[in-house]
Amino acid sequence: MYKVLKKVELAPKIKLLEIDAPEIAAKAKAGQFVILRIDEKGERFPLTLADWEPKEGTITIVFLEVGVSTVKLGTLEVGDAVLDVVGPLGNPSDIKHYGLVAVVCGGVGTAAAYPIAKALKEAGNQVVSIIGARTEELLILEEEMKSFSDELYISTDDGSKGHKGFVSDVLETLIEKGYRFDIVYAIGPPLMMRATVNVTKPHSMKTIVSLNPIMVDGMGMCGACRVTVGEETRFACIDGPEFDGHLVDFDELIKRLRAYLPEEKQAMSRLEERCACAWK
Amino acid sequence: MVEDKPTSRPKRIRRETVRMARQKPEDRRHNFDEVALGYTEDQAISEAERCLQCPDPQCVKGCPVEIEIPEFIRLIVECKYDDAIKELKRKNSLPAICGRVCPQEEQCQQQCVMGKAGEPISIGRLERFLADWEMKKPIEVPQKAPPTNKRVAVIGAGPAGLTAAAELAKLGHEVTVFESLHKPGGVLVYGIPEFRLPKRIVASEVDYVTRLGVTMKTNTLIGTTHTIPELLNGGFDAVFIGTGAGLPMFMRIPGENLGGIYSSNEFLIRVNLMKSYEFPHYDTPIRIGKKIAVIGAGNVAMDSARSALRLGAEEVSIVYRRSREEMPARAEEIENAEEEGIIMKLLINPIRFIGDEKGWVRKMGCIRMKLGDPDESGRRRPIPVEGSEFAIDVDTVIIAIGRTPNPIIQKTTEGLKTTKRNTVVIDESTGETSLKGVYAGGDIVTGEATVISAMGAGMRAARSIHEYLVGKG
Repeated sequence: MYKVLKKVELAPKIKLLEIDAPEIAAKAKAGQFVILRIDEKGERFPLTLADWEPKEGTITIVFLEVGVSTVKLGTLEVGDAVLDVVGPLGNPSDIKHYGLVAVVCGGVGTAAAYPIAKALKEAGNQVVSIIGARTEELLILEEEMKSFSDELYISTDDGSKGHKGFVSDVLETLIEKGYRFDIVYAIGPPLMMRATVNVTKPHSMKTIVSLNPIMVDGMGMCGACRVTVGEETRFACIDGPEFDGHLVDFDELIKRLRAYLPEEKQAMSRLEERCACAWK
Repeated sequence: MVEDKPTSRPKRIRRETVRMARQKPEDRRHNFDEVALGYTEDQAISEAERCLQCPDPQCVKGCPVEIEIPEFIRLIVECKYDDAIKELKRKNSLPAICGRVCPQEEQCQQQCVMGKAGEPISIGRLERFLADWEMKKPIEVPQKAPPTNKRVAVIGAGPAGLTAAAELAKLGHEVTVFESLHKPGGVLVYGIPEFRLPKRIVASEVDYVTRLGVTMKTNTLIGTTHTIPELLNGGFDAVFIGTGAGLPMFMRIPGENLGGIYSSNEFLIRVNLMKSYEFPHYDTPIRIGKKIAVIGAGNVAMDSARSALRLGAEEVSIVYRRSREEMPARAEEIENAEEEGIIMKLLINPIRFIGDEKGWVRKMGCIRMKLGDPDESGRRRPIPVEGSEFAIDVDTVIIAIGRTPNPIIQKTTEGLKTTKRNTVVIDESTGETSLKGVYAGGDIVTGEATVISAMGAGMRAARSIHEYLVGKG
């Protein structure tokens, strides 16, 4: 059992949990993820690590309540526990001194990008971060990102804060202004990553994306997370989760992510019914 | 059959084995309950009485763990079941599992003298009878050797690891098993379906190993959570690697990443380990269409096909590129599958998958095959028949063409010698790897093989580890 030590609601439906997991905290590196199973009937699902404290023995996860598992996870309070957490999984980000780096992130992906921005900054890079969300109240970790960025830009779909539009637009503007990024990290929803990759591709600007496809075991066994990168099929869990964004087949990734939408809806309505009963 | 009456004259020994009751095909294709129902006491005795008690028993030579087969059979005839199970467990810590999933027809039973002029003794069914007999009451834990104060890390709680752990614990060592999944059992819990190996049986065998004093540490992936060098520096005197062959192989043909195409591993993990057949009562979904093709013809393919049928598929086919003769699955499992209505589409090889606009598989392009000369595996090589392409309608495909070792440990253990196929190289006589104090056995060494061969390897490595630890002083 992995105890919840802290819970923060960062934005509507976006929650942060700090969990007691000393063995994972001791080994975690930027870019890695964990697989969780909340209870005996729960599914196994991946979440990228948002932070960790080796000394305290804690890991931090941030998630959007979007399906049965994340909604259930969001109901846990301090003192409750997650039944299973395994990790750290996946290859760590390749952190080194690149020079000028852009960290482009959207939605809850900002939480996954945060440790990478931090590690890149600590490795001596000049970090330009672009964070986005649908609207101002859904922006997360702005202060945290700022503390490890030389420049920070914000965009919202509705223009309620920062640039009105997408993070990829901001990146494009910066490139037009003459920013020559030695590497771009794009982390967030697949559509956002695809848009970012489309901006950097004409400039042959190396772009790393962190993929979060459906996984069951997260250790190479199931192959549910297979993605086409270049001509090859790769497993996001053990070959990734980070890949060269210019080579990723995003259309396929998006279709595969939607594979269980009807089942997810069915499970959600069942969960809502159960909750409704509990309230009565 | 006429009951044999006690008589002083030598009895005529029946050539036919005592049949074991099974659920009827029309019933079992709708449920996940165990298919084979096991012998009754009378049936077990009757079968045991057929054993000739050969002075030089051939069956033992066919057993990867060298069980004294005639001895436990003799004890069944004498109704000394407690003694019989003790005899069995001297060599095999997991008899309830082996009695169900071992390919006895290729091992002990193939050697049985009775098989020459009739049917061999059903050794597996007798083994299962004893194990099930034992499970009806609290299982006794055998006397352990005095503590040696040596610590052994066993990586992987599958057949090899559990066997090694049990053996080392009996020898007085302090054993910790590290398992990456949330439940111990390895392929026994994620791979083999409930109807062939009920999970309560695995749980009970794992419980037995735990009661021998073995610590089970789940959710721990060796290679990332801890590495082998860290285990050795952190107080473990020896390590056994039994991580199996858990990586699915794909066909590398166009359209393979369409929705509805599962590896057998994904399909079986969802169904067995995550209980998606109880979705939405359990959270893990599975999507079963109407027309299902399972590619491959091994036991895993049969397990996948029969599971799909039980999940409500209308038509399930095994698609295999060779002929019936070359099918690697156990004869018994092929028979079970056919009785349940699985269609065998032989000498056919898929060449592409075609999907709809949502990215879901709808058709499978295939080519007919013919058999040529034997290849390096000794089986006749399948050759495509030119111009024989055709398509079949499918909405779910399960690819069950084999599994390879997981590379995580190999990548994170410096100095560990491996082969091109990612298997770990060992000294055949001891099971020791290229690293001192690090042993390996099971599918991680041989590539995908059987439960019992993995258990045999676990047993042999445990003995070597014991010698190594005793010698180490």
